[in-house]
Amino acid sequence: MNRRMVLNILGRMLIAEAALLALPMAVSVYYLEKCFFAFLITALFSLFTGLLLWLVSKPRKTTIYAKEGFIIVALVWIVMSLVGALPFTISREIPNYFDAVFETVSGFTTTGASIVRDVEKLSRGILFWRSFTHWIGGMGILLFVMAIIPNLSDRTVHIMRAEVPGPVVDKIVPRLKQTAKILYSIYIVITAIEVVLLLCGGMTFYESLLHSFGTAGTGGFGIKRESIAYYSPYCQWVIGIFMLIFGVNFNIYYLIIAKRIKGVLKSKELLWYLSIFFISFVLISFNVSFLYNNFSETVRNSFFQVSSIMTTTGYSTVDFDKWPLFSRGLLLVIMMIGGCSGSTAGGLKVSRVALLIKQVGREIKHMLHPKSVSVVRFDSKPVDEDTLKNVSVYFILYIICIMAVFMLLCLEPPPFNTETNLSATLACINNIGPGLDIVGPAGNYAAYSSFSKVVLSVAMLLGRLEIFPLLLLFTPAMWKKH
Amino acid sequence: MKVTVVGCGKIGTAIINRLVSEGHDIIAVDKSKAVVQTVTNIYDVMCVTGSGTDQETLIDAGAGECDMFISVTDSDETNMLSCFMAKKMGAKHTVSRIRSPEINDKSLSFIKQHMDISLVINPELLAAKEIFNILKLPSAVNIETFSRRNFEMIELVIKPGSKLDGVTLVELRKKYSGKFLICAVGRGDEVYIPGGDFKLMAGDKIGLTAETSEIEKLLKQLDIMQKRARNIIILGAGRVSEYLSRMLVGGGNNVKAIDLDAKKCEKLAKSVPEVTVINGDGSEQEVLLEEGIGNVDAFITLTGMDEQNILISYFASTLSVPKVVTKVNRQELYNIAERLGLDTLISPKHIIEDVVSRYARALQNSINSSNIETLYRLLDEKVEAVEFKVGKDFEYINVPIKEIKTAKNAIIAGIIRNRRQIIIPSGDDYILEGDKVVIISTNKNILNLNDIIE
Repeated sequence: MNRRMVLNILGRMLIAEAALLALPMAVSVYYLEKCFFAFLITALFSLFTGLLLWLVSKPRKTTIYAKEGFIIVALVWIVMSLVGALPFTISREIPNYFDAVFETVSGFTTTGASIVRDVEKLSRGILFWRSFTHWIGGMGILLFVMAIIPNLSDRTVHIMRAEVPGPVVDKIVPRLKQTAKILYSIYIVITAIEVVLLLCGGMTFYESLLHSFGTAGTGGFGIKRESIAYYSPYCQWVIGIFMLIFGVNFNIYYLIIAKRIKGVLKSKELLWYLSIFFISFVLISFNVSFLYNNFSETVRNSFFQVSSIMTTTGYSTVDFDKWPLFSRGLLLVIMMIGGCSGSTAGGLKVSRVALLIKQVGREIKHMLHPKSVSVVRFDSKPVDEDTLKNVSVYFILYIICIMAVFMLLCLEPPPFNTETNLSATLACINNIGPGLDIVGPAGNYAAYSSFSKVVLSVAMLLGRLEIFPLLLLFTPAMWKKH
Repeated sequence: MKVTVVGCGKIGTAIINRLVSEGHDIIAVDKSKAVVQTVTNIYDVMCVTGSGTDQETLIDAGAGECDMFISVTDSDETNMLSCFMAKKMGAKHTVSRIRSPEINDKSLSFIKQHMDISLVINPELLAAKEIFNILKLPSAVNIETFSRRNFEMIELVIKPGSKLDGVTLVELRKKYSGKFLICAVGRGDEVYIPGGDFKLMAGDKIGLTAETSEIEKLLKQLDIMQKRARNIIILGAGRVSEYLSRMLVGGGNNVKAIDLDAKKCEKLAKSVPEVTVINGDGSEQEVLLEEGIGNVDAFITLTGMDEQNILISYFASTLSVPKVVTKVNRQELYNIAERLGLDTLISPKHIIEDVVSRYARALQNSINSSNIETLYRLLDEKVEAVEFKVGKDFEYINVPIKEIKTAKNAIIAGIIRNRRQIIIPSGDDYILEGDKVVIISTNKNILNLNDIIE
């Protein structure tokens, strides 16, 4: 265990967070708000702790292995969330620190679950920071730092693997630094396009920026009581489509830029993703058509809601808690599927679901022909058994985590019921945000006790980091000297 | 530069290691998923699993766009074929490992020309050549030649009581008139580019450049001239042994090869009939003593196992065999071998690293006029010796050397003019366009002659 290297990177990340806090600070200065001091204090605290850690832990050697990668990612995300929660509490806008941590974790993990009863009362600087955490967390904060820091270590690939979601993480160009740069460039460009399109739809620059952050990270923190329903149908369409875009594996966009269209067409994950989306969209459209006056409203709302839930964003244009049971059930199912691997979306990931289903198919075939030998293929390539095993184990862990979180939530007294608790569990582990009933699009998580909020915060981190890093962080054998 | 490397075995990873550290973008290809996994974990490269002769794999590995395509799988045929395919797909330069003696003897130039392979590397042949050079001058632990063999750099280890022990370079210059230059000294883990007041000590490993004809004279003056090896025992009858014994036999030497594997012995005996081939276990001291290891001039261990080579070489050096050459491929065993007093170590892997990195730098630099002609890494890979052809863009043409501000970690070790005239530069010499200049430096990424100027 290269502890010095772990602490060193943690120190650098705190310095980076101090730099990132400068943006909401600037916003609060622009709008002449008091929360400026909260950001200033937090940034200074973050900067000094970061410098201190960085200086005391000059690594003797920079070599890291897979386990250090996991530990770094888990620690960085926890510490960044704890520090990122400070401005909310210091500015007294979310006075309870547990609430603030819940809100920040929800931001960084791009969940979008909120404990704020009335968002319109928050100051603009705080709202900016809340949405900005989505944007930082979406693509991954460590990846961002790897794109700008020269030669962190020659084996940073372990950090990338631990942070970027999906069963198999690949570089798109030989150099990791270059890969990180390309991914972030694509991320920034698509975000910028969305900002421009929203500006055209009549949003102010501030609003379009915040909504783009929420869409890009597939987060879903709104700034209006009615969420996106407040805005024009044009803006709803723009956000609806961009959510879908950010749920696609970013490697696909690189292939398009590199003019390798063949590779795009070969991607089975994209095909599955779009198929699942389209089928759910059509089914829900039929199911809810009786609720709305005209065709365009039906199509718009169901498109927006399916896109929002499947990409695990969590914006809403309607209170889907009032939809028929079939639609609500289907939404819960696509919550679990989530977006593509290598995107900013959460959930199980389409490629994992596809591999699981294919494995089931293979087992059935094997029962019919006990001596048959078959290989699971994906993207027209055979998938090796290690990957399949990893996917199955991940699925088991995922189910265990859901059960554990659900059981802990069931300690809450009434009016919390099964529907609320189960949907809250799924919405947090899959990084969606709104669930059903009390935590539905019209409600929030404020009513939960501090204990449950901590449990749900952990659930969100488990979902975003895909369980293993956190699990390893709490395995005693990881920390033993050897 | 974009480089694709097919085959991640010993040689493949060595090449990847060197090229990554020199800043190239590398895509590595290997059939085995496990090998690919290790390579991505250790080096900052992208990996593709698949065969080097599969078109789709080659497309994924960027063979169409790469500047340099290197194929170093086990099989010569695979290497040739994948280089051929890559070339047709648009790779700018191709490098193939071809090591079978049959192909190297007769068909090599034909294949190279018609398959359009830019560079053929044969680690075994190059290793054999290097050993052959050393046996001509056994006092040195390593010999590298520049520019058509007129100019050489030799590595010597200073033994206690030697005439070099405890003298400064200025005193040395006064005592011995010959044209030579001590351009690098390795002491422990450090390497120095010595100034005039640098004092040599026993145990130092020095790099000395001089004209080829001068070297022998100088060694005689220093009383460390060993006569050329004539009676030689080679342990191992693999490919290196085959190339080496053929060269040695051609020079009229008396060569004996020992190997446990009867088939290898037979093969060697067939292709080089003048060699005495012994089918026996070379790791048994009795066998070695029986074959007369006590009175040979040189003993060379070339088996496939580093550990075995080191141990048997150590045994030979305790019998005071005048020259012991050991093949060691793994870097981590180098130090152990040196601690046992084995100074002449040969590594095909290092030789290939040098060849490929020289080629890569030459390609990278082909836009500039000053080209790299030769490149070696010396003194345990810590120093680089590079030979440049001087182009118009050099800033100090026709300026006395004492006025050139060279970087502290670099030295101009020699100037070769009109192919023949060799100048060991003093402060008053100057560099002309068209000269070849040998630079010794601890900076291991010199691309251009201007890089050595502070």
